[in-house]
Amino acid sequence: MAILHKEEALALLKKVLSYSKADECEVNLNGSVGGNIRYARNSVSTSGGVSTSTMVVASSFGKKLGIATINEFDDQSLEKAVRRSEELAKLAPENPEYVPFLGPQQYAESKTFVQATADITPKDRTDAVAESLKIAKEYKQIAAGFLEDSSAFAAMMNSHGLFAYRTNTDMAFNVTLRTEDGKGSGYVSKGYNDFRKLDVRKDTDTAARKAAGSAAARAIEPGKYTVILEPGAVAVLLENLVSGMDARSADEGRSFLSKPGGKTKLGEKLVDERVNIYSDPFHPELPTSTWAPDGRPQERISWIEKGVVKNLYASRYWAQKKGIKSIPGPDGMIMEGGKSTLEELIKGTAKGILVTRLWYIRSVDPQTLLLTGLTRDGTFFIENGQIKFPIKNLRFNESPIIMLNNIDELGIPERCVSGESTAHYVLPPMRLRDFTFTSLSDAV
Amino acid sequence: MPAMPAFSREIAWEDSLTPIDTAIKKKLADVALNAAKSKGATYADVRIGRYLNQFISTREKNVQGIGNTESYGMGIRVIANGCWGFAATDNMTTDGIARAAEQAVQVARVNAKIAEEPVQMAAQKGYGEVSWKTPIIKNAFEVPIKEKLDQLLSVNDIAMQNGATFVTSSLFLVNEQKYFASTEGSYIDQDIHRIWPTFTVTKTDKQSGKFETRDALSSPMGMGYEYLVPDATEQINAHFTLYRNRYDMKEDARLASLQVAEKIRARPVQPGKYDLVVDPTQLFLTIHESVGHPTELDRVLGYEANYAGTSFVTLDKWKSGNFNFGNKLVNVVADKTQPGSLGGVGYDDEGVKCKEWDIIKNGILVDYQATRDQAHILGLKESHGCCYADSWNSVQFQRMPNVSLKPGAASLKVMDMISQVENGIYILGRSSYSIDQQRYNFQFGGQLTYEIKNGKITGMLKDVAYQSNTQEFWNSVGAICDASDYRLGGSFRDGKGQPSQVSAVSHGCSTTRFNGVNVINTGRKI
Repeated sequence: MAILHKEEALALLKKVLSYSKADECEVNLNGSVGGNIRYARNSVSTSGGVSTSTMVVASSFGKKLGIATINEFDDQSLEKAVRRSEELAKLAPENPEYVPFLGPQQYAESKTFVQATADITPKDRTDAVAESLKIAKEYKQIAAGFLEDSSAFAAMMNSHGLFAYRTNTDMAFNVTLRTEDGKGSGYVSKGYNDFRKLDVRKDTDTAARKAAGSAAARAIEPGKYTVILEPGAVAVLLENLVSGMDARSADEGRSFLSKPGGKTKLGEKLVDERVNIYSDPFHPELPTSTWAPDGRPQERISWIEKGVVKNLYASRYWAQKKGIKSIPGPDGMIMEGGKSTLEELIKGTAKGILVTRLWYIRSVDPQTLLLTGLTRDGTFFIENGQIKFPIKNLRFNESPIIMLNNIDELGIPERCVSGESTAHYVLPPMRLRDFTFTSLSDAV
Repeated sequence: MPAMPAFSREIAWEDSLTPIDTAIKKKLADVALNAAKSKGATYADVRIGRYLNQFISTREKNVQGIGNTESYGMGIRVIANGCWGFAATDNMTTDGIARAAEQAVQVARVNAKIAEEPVQMAAQKGYGEVSWKTPIIKNAFEVPIKEKLDQLLSVNDIAMQNGATFVTSSLFLVNEQKYFASTEGSYIDQDIHRIWPTFTVTKTDKQSGKFETRDALSSPMGMGYEYLVPDATEQINAHFTLYRNRYDMKEDARLASLQVAEKIRARPVQPGKYDLVVDPTQLFLTIHESVGHPTELDRVLGYEANYAGTSFVTLDKWKSGNFNFGNKLVNVVADKTQPGSLGGVGYDDEGVKCKEWDIIKNGILVDYQATRDQAHILGLKESHGCCYADSWNSVQFQRMPNVSLKPGAASLKVMDMISQVENGIYILGRSSYSIDQQRYNFQFGGQLTYEIKNGKITGMLKDVAYQSNTQEFWNSVGAICDASDYRLGGSFRDGKGQPSQVSAVSHGCSTTRFNGVNVINTGRKI
């Protein structure tokens, strides 16, 4: 099934609902078309086109819910999916946490679709990779990279009259350049809604320069250092903070936002007052959906404001039970920054470490949000405002909460991609005091 | 709570019990193979996949989700102009299949323009029409949903009765019905089963605001529902009862609820060097990360440089014939044949019959994990059989087989091993794990960590993580328990590749002692 227009999706969803015999019925419809190309050892390795579509039918009888999913769209299959969800609902035990589906909602139009991205051809992808490989050969380095793009639509409708529809496009490009002797490695990762913003030549060149500059790295003693984290390195740490801002976990006493005595840190100062983190479906650099998969509207939500925990997200059940505002989880994350470029942050550093990328991030202690992981693909020692020499990679053990209490300076925010979740954010580079490195790694 | 596997199209569970007729699959496969050849492919293989999954998740007294899913379609891989091409379709008509085959050939031709070297495949004879099935006793898909719900809700009840504040439990079932055919004359029908029961108990202390969790000490297995039928002969008598090929989920939940309360009261570890006694429920993951991944040949060669990483185990180390990956006690074998293992299959996803081979022998690196197009790099005449794709619509590539540490030859039980440790820590269960992109530096935690003083377990510790370098770690092995302690641990969703694919793999080992390992304290204040 190709990308459906709004009217086509509306008609299809109406037809599905017409088959329903349940107390309530809700249908989610998704479709995407895209492609990818992967290369390594300076040669293409795999590529393919991907077209997927699914329809999820949720039916309920009282507090009993059944869900069925199909990827066939003839009338018989549509009705079969409805009947199957109803059968499952009858088999399911009653769920005391069941909340009826939402009624009609008002949504602003999502600004997430760019025709130029939807128009990408296999040749465009191959040409982009050829360009990247050209740079690798100019530097006499070895490239491995990945380019993927998709255009998609999502629609939902339920028996209470709710209807939502949106389209979006996305693309991501990431590349690693390594020196021929394997002693240097550099990396760049970019993601946009608009393919035209991608500059493969510039990005590959940046990775190549990082690779050349990171060869012959020296070992330094692990310990506490001032660090400058590039936005991609910030992303993999902060996404653990924001994704953990769940009201129920905090209320239940099993979150870094829980407090002794059964209270939570909502409304309290958690981090440096320069920290402002929010999500906003209309952010010009990171437009996201104006509605959540359960139909709740997505609005601009401040999660941390001047260092204070401003809002927590909650399921509709938990919000109802606790009498709090029902806020869906964030789609995207934006953090305000300062006015300095990365280069200016480096210039203002007496002694510190520049981190390009952090890798293999894992939770060590959910109570303190302590995370571990390692630097990768370009780690440099800074002295007197200049990059002096590349250093060997280091393992860190640090909590984003401690880190955001040790801010020295924030740079200009930019759109970046998490190397862990692949989610896109707008985040600043940041200079932080006393970032904790616990051991050295020989990895390049 | 583990992440939900990525499932697709849902079906009524009973529909999954009728396999698609082999004759139909052969006919469809031949359509693809003939179409590919007619368009100029010099080689083609076809995978017709029907992937069935069932998942059930619960929380305390509530059932949170029940689902059955099916994904059915065909992946076609070809070589044309010396280059790989791939296309997949769920349009299983003659026309749909022929179009996909043509598309695969077109992709190969386009890619060949920027390919550096032609594909070299190790020879592989066609097997004709053959089949293989996971040796299960009880098909978990045939067990009524109610019985499975009762099992999980009983686990939750037991946990709550024994002091847990919260509990979640889940059951994941997988059935891969795979049909492989190639232009070399293989038609291979396989029926593969996997199961993973698990839970997490949580204890909170309202007054202090502290909380702890303890996950199940089960393992995902290549087994049927028999894994959930307790059997005293499959129990290990250690500091407390542990499980081999039969798991008592209720008893483990009871114990977990008592242990999680103890975790809140546990003493913080003093950082320093300790002798570690590592149980297979934790050690399997260390083997996976520090031995399994670095000996994947695609990493060694740089195919994963942009994502999963490369490897410190470079070809020159292997060629030297004297690279001490570990000390002489360390013998590591790779296989896709162990009964009960997640990686156990008859044939891999490019039609190679599976086998067992040495990776590390008496501490020396002797081999890697390779596919057909990599075998020539190692001077091999045949593949190791390490090719896998997680779906009909994913292209197959090199994935890790089971990689296991052989048990010690001398008789040695866990408690005897502990009795010989003066200053150590006994670690059980997987927890936090992280390793660098070339697999040198790692840090692991456990679900349970106990102090050992003068041969005795003196109490529970908290905030324990061990950090080491792979080669140093495997050269610090002091002793390995005997075969009676050997157990499989498994990774149900090991990620690799772009777009990312998952695979399931087991790692067998007995409890092992490592001397003088660096332990850090992970406690912090916020």
